[in-house]
Amino acid sequence: MNLAIAIQIAWLALRINILRSLLAMLGIIIGVASVIIMVSISTGAKQEVGRLIQGLGTNLLVISPGSSDMGGGRQSGTGTAPPFSDADTLALRQQISGVAAVSGTMRGSVTVVASGINWSTTAYGVNEEYLEVRDWGITDGRNFSAAEVRSGGKVVMLGRTVAKQLFNDNSPLGSQIRIKDIPFQVIAVLDSKGQSAMGNDNDDVLIIPVTTARKRVLGGNNTVPNSVQTIMLEVAQNESMSDVQQEVENLLRQRRNVRSGSKDDFSVRNLAEFIKARTATQNTLSVLLASTAMISLLVGGIGIMNIMLVSVTERTREIGLRIAIGARQQDIRNQFLVESVTLCLLGGFIGLLLGVLGSLGISFLGQWPIAIDFNIAFIALGSSAFVGIFFGFFPAQRAARMNPIDALRYE
Amino acid sequence: MSAVPLIRCRNLQKTYVMGDNLVYALRGVSLDIYAGEYVAIMGASGSGKSTFMNLLGALDVPTSGDLEIDGRHIGTLSSDELAAFRNEVMGFVFQQFNLLARTSALANVELPMLYSRHPAKHRDERAKACLELVGLGTRMDHHPSQLSGGQQQRVAIARALVNEPRILLADEPTGALDTTTSEEVMGIFGKLNQMGITVILVTHEPDIAAYARRQLVFRDGLVVEDKS
Repeated sequence: MNLAIAIQIAWLALRINILRSLLAMLGIIIGVASVIIMVSISTGAKQEVGRLIQGLGTNLLVISPGSSDMGGGRQSGTGTAPPFSDADTLALRQQISGVAAVSGTMRGSVTVVASGINWSTTAYGVNEEYLEVRDWGITDGRNFSAAEVRSGGKVVMLGRTVAKQLFNDNSPLGSQIRIKDIPFQVIAVLDSKGQSAMGNDNDDVLIIPVTTARKRVLGGNNTVPNSVQTIMLEVAQNESMSDVQQEVENLLRQRRNVRSGSKDDFSVRNLAEFIKARTATQNTLSVLLASTAMISLLVGGIGIMNIMLVSVTERTREIGLRIAIGARQQDIRNQFLVESVTLCLLGGFIGLLLGVLGSLGISFLGQWPIAIDFNIAFIALGSSAFVGIFFGFFPAQRAARMNPIDALRYE
Repeated sequence: MSAVPLIRCRNLQKTYVMGDNLVYALRGVSLDIYAGEYVAIMGASGSGKSTFMNLLGALDVPTSGDLEIDGRHIGTLSSDELAAFRNEVMGFVFQQFNLLARTSALANVELPMLYSRHPAKHRDERAKACLELVGLGTRMDHHPSQLSGGQQQRVAIARALVNEPRILLADEPTGALDTTTSEEVMGIFGKLNQMGITVILVTHEPDIAAYARRQLVFRDGLVVEDKS
């Protein structure tokens, strides 16, 4: 008996009881669909981390006031520790050799007005090295000069989204915009950075000199002159991240009079480590998802085995007849194996479709990044076929070993 | 009749183990059946006639003794060889017809050809010819549920004939039929026997057995009567 005929017989047997076939497939459908959705989400998240690394760079140290120690007890948060100042930024730049660029940053929400259009966005007050720290290019125009940063020049660089909102497709260079009612001259439009890992638009920003931000736009700290909120530092290439981080911490302890043995009142975060930790979490999650998928396929397979056993019992007389008219054991076994593999492949295919639709739905509704890898289709169908053979074998073998005399008399 | 018997039994014994007991179903049957014979096998239940029929049909193998059918010693064949033997040499007709439901008469008749070692060419024509032979040429597309009992049994006979067997083995073929349709079915067996097929009927009804030219009566695992 050839395969085409076996498939034909299997198809007929499955069609005779459509509802039961569908119910039997349900486990496989759910299993495969969840595998597809889970893999799509976790691949999407991994790609997002990749984008994050590209967007920020791994050779970045982010220094903020307040302890990062999450242990028990009372904590001194960002609010209680004194902020950094331009003096700290300067000290880091001049006293540590492995630093490529460093900038203090201020951050706040502002409303800008240009040619009668209002737009709310985020303003960053930084120095002339900030764009290098962020590895951020200028599409059109020029960076701040050191003099503009020192003197508090009223110049602004626009993120792509802000430029588009205020000036549509016209070039904003040289135009005036008003930030908190203060006129600024646009000197640059920045390259697009796309979405951040948290789903924010990286291009919905404007960048002004830190001195201007403090004096006129965002307001400074009363106790510390020339304060900044955080300091971002780019470690020079070929320098050890951890060595530079160590030097930065030592210098800041000294400057902030942290006694040895007591807690730092600031934290230095290394983005590479942050990302490494996040990737590790995601790998754990992937393993968890994979085992969930394995379990659903296992349960689905048991469902298939159950339905195949029922089918074999129900068709005992048919099996007896087939043996009597000349079917060999392998013919009977193959017939039922083909039937269970057909059932599983069909379920796998339906699950694949549902999984792809579900992934697209989740990315649409939840705004989650997903990535559908089409190799997964082969993995899904392959594992369904494997489940079909593995769990179909026992029922098929039971059918093949039947005694035709008893089978023919079975009521 | 030819000198070499088509079926040759010598001291055929079959013993079953039922729990701790041995059941002697056949206790030494020796007989010959020649090609072209029309034989009825009779006997009460438990007489051994069903066991004998299962051996003749190569559905079972003897415990001891020799059974030679069409030149092959049944006791020495492997499971696959027995399957091929049933497919090529035997045609089976059962009391309950055993047709596949939701399958056309034509597909039912084609079934044995699916298992042939030498797949028949013109499978369709062969199956159609067999259905015409049993008088169902116009109902090939009907499913068993759309056919009467007599018609279903005729489909089953067509199925038994499709691989051109030497022997037709019918187990109570009229057991589920009324008198009129029984006569029709027996008429077909008579016709097939005249065409040269050896027909062996198993029945407990004397008027059905009377259609055959030779009657074998079984009792307690032995042949007690063999009349022609």
